Amino acid sequence: MATFLAFTLASATFDPIGVLQQRNPPPPAASIEAKKRDLHLDQPIPQRFVTWMGGVVQGDFGRTITDRPITDELGRRIGVSLRLFLLGITIGILFGVLLGVVSAIRQYKFSDYFATLFSFILLSTPVFVLGTLLKMGAQGINDSIGTNVLIFVGETTPGFQGNWFEHLGDRLQHLIVPTLAIALGQIAYYSRYQRSSMLDVLGSDFLRTAQAKGLTRRKALFKHGLRTALIPMATLFAFGFGLLVVGGTFTERIFGWFGMGDWLVTGISAQDTNITATVTLFVAVCVLFSGWLADVLYAALDPRIRVN
Amino acid sequence: MTTSELQFDAPADPVVDGPVLQVEDLHVSFPSESGRVRAVRGLSYHVSPGEVLGIVGESGSGKSVSSLAVMGLLPSSARITGSIKFQGRELIGQNDAELSKIRGRRVSMVFQDPLSALTPVFTVGDQIAEAILVHRKVSKQAAAKRAVELLDLVGIPNAVERAKAFPHEFSGGMRQRAVIAMAIANDPDLIIADEPTTALDVTVQAQVLQLLETAQEVTGAGIVIITHDLGVVAGFADRLMVMYAGRAVEKGKVDEIYQQPRMPYTLGLLGSIPRLDVSEKQALVPIKGQPPSLTDLPDGCPFAPRCPMVVDACHTAEPPLMDVDGSAEHAAACIRTNEIAATDAEGAEAAVEIFGAEVAAEPEVAKIPREQRDIVLGLDNLVKEYPINKGVVFKRRVGTVHAVAGITFDIREGETLGLVGESGCGKTTTLMEILNLQKPMGGEISVLGTKSSEVDAKRRFAIRRDMSVVFQDPMASLDPRLTINDCIAEPMQVHGYTKDEINRRVPELMRLVGLRPEQLSRYPGEFSGGQRQRIGIARALALEPKLVVLDEPVSALDVSIQAGVINLLEELKSKLGLAYLFVAHDLSVVRHIADRVAVMYLGKIIEIGEVDSVFEAPRHPYTQALLSAIPIPDPVKERQRERILLTGDLPSPANPPSGCRFRTRCFLHASLPPEKQRQCIEVEPPRETQAPDHEAACHFAQIRQVL
Repeated sequence: MATFLAFTLASATFDPIGVLQQRNPPPPAASIEAKKRDLHLDQPIPQRFVTWMGGVVQGDFGRTITDRPITDELGRRIGVSLRLFLLGITIGILFGVLLGVVSAIRQYKFSDYFATLFSFILLSTPVFVLGTLLKMGAQGINDSIGTNVLIFVGETTPGFQGNWFEHLGDRLQHLIVPTLAIALGQIAYYSRYQRSSMLDVLGSDFLRTAQAKGLTRRKALFKHGLRTALIPMATLFAFGFGLLVVGGTFTERIFGWFGMGDWLVTGISAQDTNITATVTLFVAVCVLFSGWLADVLYAALDPRIRVN
Repeated sequence: MTTSELQFDAPADPVVDGPVLQVEDLHVSFPSESGRVRAVRGLSYHVSPGEVLGIVGESGSGKSVSSLAVMGLLPSSARITGSIKFQGRELIGQNDAELSKIRGRRVSMVFQDPLSALTPVFTVGDQIAEAILVHRKVSKQAAAKRAVELLDLVGIPNAVERAKAFPHEFSGGMRQRAVIAMAIANDPDLIIADEPTTALDVTVQAQVLQLLETAQEVTGAGIVIITHDLGVVAGFADRLMVMYAGRAVEKGKVDEIYQQPRMPYTLGLLGSIPRLDVSEKQALVPIKGQPPSLTDLPDGCPFAPRCPMVVDACHTAEPPLMDVDGSAEHAAACIRTNEIAATDAEGAEAAVEIFGAEVAAEPEVAKIPREQRDIVLGLDNLVKEYPINKGVVFKRRVGTVHAVAGITFDIREGETLGLVGESGCGKTTTLMEILNLQKPMGGEISVLGTKSSEVDAKRRFAIRRDMSVVFQDPMASLDPRLTINDCIAEPMQVHGYTKDEINRRVPELMRLVGLRPEQLSRYPGEFSGGQRQRIGIARALALEPKLVVLDEPVSALDVSIQAGVINLLEELKSKLGLAYLFVAHDLSVVRHIADRVAVMYLGKIIEIGEVDSVFEAPRHPYTQALLSAIPIPDPVKERQRERILLTGDLPSPANPPSGCRFRTRCFLHASLPPEKQRQCIEVEPPRETQAPDHEAACHFAQIRQVL
């Protein structure tokens, strides 16, 4: 549905032929007509969508306006995006939860105020500012060490030669700074939610029961408290992932990563319906997947949901 | 079942001589916005091995806080001073790691609310096994096996299977059993039970109390039982301590306290409890006012503002606990104990004398024989069912909950019908159907002769004037953003009263329910629970109804406040000739206030009739069990009483047993020969007249006295 809307909207507003016609010198009319046919622009929009979807079902996402098959590039771009976001979000969740828990346990103490301040600063910093700051920081570290340890442009060094191990090292060097850019925001975001959900659990009777059994406070908190406090977070984690894949556009652009977010921007500026529709479809799939993931997480964490 | 390493020690093997727990001059305070809350102020008590100490008091009296202090489970903001010695070892000042070695091993605790006391994400068996694993070096298998044994011990059927269940799959009573299993897992020397039965139904309450007694027998532990209900501890405790405003105001042997209370507060508490075993109309003692604020205590006796015996000397200094009647065990904190001792009456009767309580007069209409009075509310074979649906997209009906399965009763002018039963029996559904006034799924509801199935919206609106409702929770039933004036005036505005009429009537209603009209511009948040319930009653009376539906109107209130509200309801009934439908699970209150009583079980009325007849000579086994489950605040009587314990919980109303619905839990059914049992299984017993105005639905109905 989302894909259809995006396709229709893109088809209706994009005017690749107009761009073509305004070229100087203007291309010959015959080639414009040929281009129109190639792009199926002579057909009405619903029919174009059906044609495109027909291809998608067979694994063909159509061709870009520059006449390259989308399918070829799709795999690579998904790989780039997922590598960045999966890592970023995992770190974000891990440390976000940890920070939230610590914050809740030490409510109104210095560490809680500090975590709160840290989160609010990060949450109110636009990602491009954060990205730039990180770049500067990374440059500083590089300068002080003397070699380029942290590389913050691109996802791999062009023309890099070496065995798979060196390749891995090279990719890691590229990965650190952008991952940090994503993770920091996520940490800030999740720690806030985790803090309040943990605070709810802190006052609960079962935590008192656990302590009355003879568990120390710390043990009771981590065994009985954390697990229960994670339940409401499951939805957040899952959908956070689904939406971040597109939300990461800025991050990808700043660090010169050619992922899905970057592609969307490229597609729109090139007035390319197929790219736009493909990225939208990908996001839709991600969101559906996250919904499923949320259900699975819920069932894993909360036995009350596991019916039959 | 041989896990020898985990058996209980033989009972009664005192580790050290002297008391298990010795609390001396305990003070606990918390910071709050309006100053330090002094929750416990100089409390001293002891518990000997194998002894049961009851701590009684209203909410906010410091009884729970003092026991949490013993467990070391108070928040870190609490300031604790004094001494808590457990088996001679000082607990105050110990760190969490050291305390956790004692908690659950030597001292364990049972909490009030079993619904939230277990971690929802772990199985019950695991949680019990954890209690063992924390303290003992045993294998996980051994601990799991022991957990099953413990579940079996606390009376959970099919323990092997049930150990794998999660807490949400357990009923409230079963969860409390699991918590008790946890508490006795390590054979403790002291068990603290904090209101262990308050959240439970009476039949389950009796089971849990019995279980605590068993627990005490197998572990030989000393028990501290905390409660606000003097009935619960009467038969169970050896000694009693009454707390008020953070201090002990009276302590002594149970019999002494119940028979010769020497502190006006204890007297008031005893006098405020409606008695199940008293047939003549008994005067209930309301304790006026509210407990004092713990941030700003008066100089003198904290009970002085509420005390009927107050003299000037009471305001000068707080009286210490002093021995009374020359007994070293019995002490009371009152300067006029000798005068109380001088009264001839005992226990609750002395309270009536001192507090000057009166029995409300019978309403005028009650003098006309019942049959000649108008029927205010009539239910004829009322049925309400809920579908059970499955599936998200395609809902299919997979079953039916028979919430109300054909009930019939009527209420006549100036009469109170008590509707009682365990939770889940359909009381609330019946009530909602009556208030809804729609055409029922089956049967008929008629209000003042008008059938609900035959009325249009306009007529229905008019009927609503004659019928009003007071809800259970006085906190939730008033809009916090409306002034009291608006709350009470609202029904009149809706029904088109003029401004002048409303302005005249609202202050009148306030006076009627015992509140001052000057308070009208205040908001509900500024009133106490009892006062809010009075406001709720004033609102219900605004339209001069003929019938008031009362949904557990006093169950959320403290005992001393409860008596005042009950007295008010009786007084109003007598003054205004109201009819009440009084829904409650507390049979003592029902006996006190109702003229007739209907007992519900699984959507059916199994016994109905004149209140004295039903209580003195109950015919249905379920009524007998219900009545015998209710504790009587009289230690001598209570110890002699034979309890009928029902097994298990209420069956699901989605799948009620065939024939007689009660047969699965019926002790009578179990004792019958097979051919008679067949009748119970196959034929649903009809409601038959047993005595004048007394019907019961049992094939083998026979009188059994249980009080």
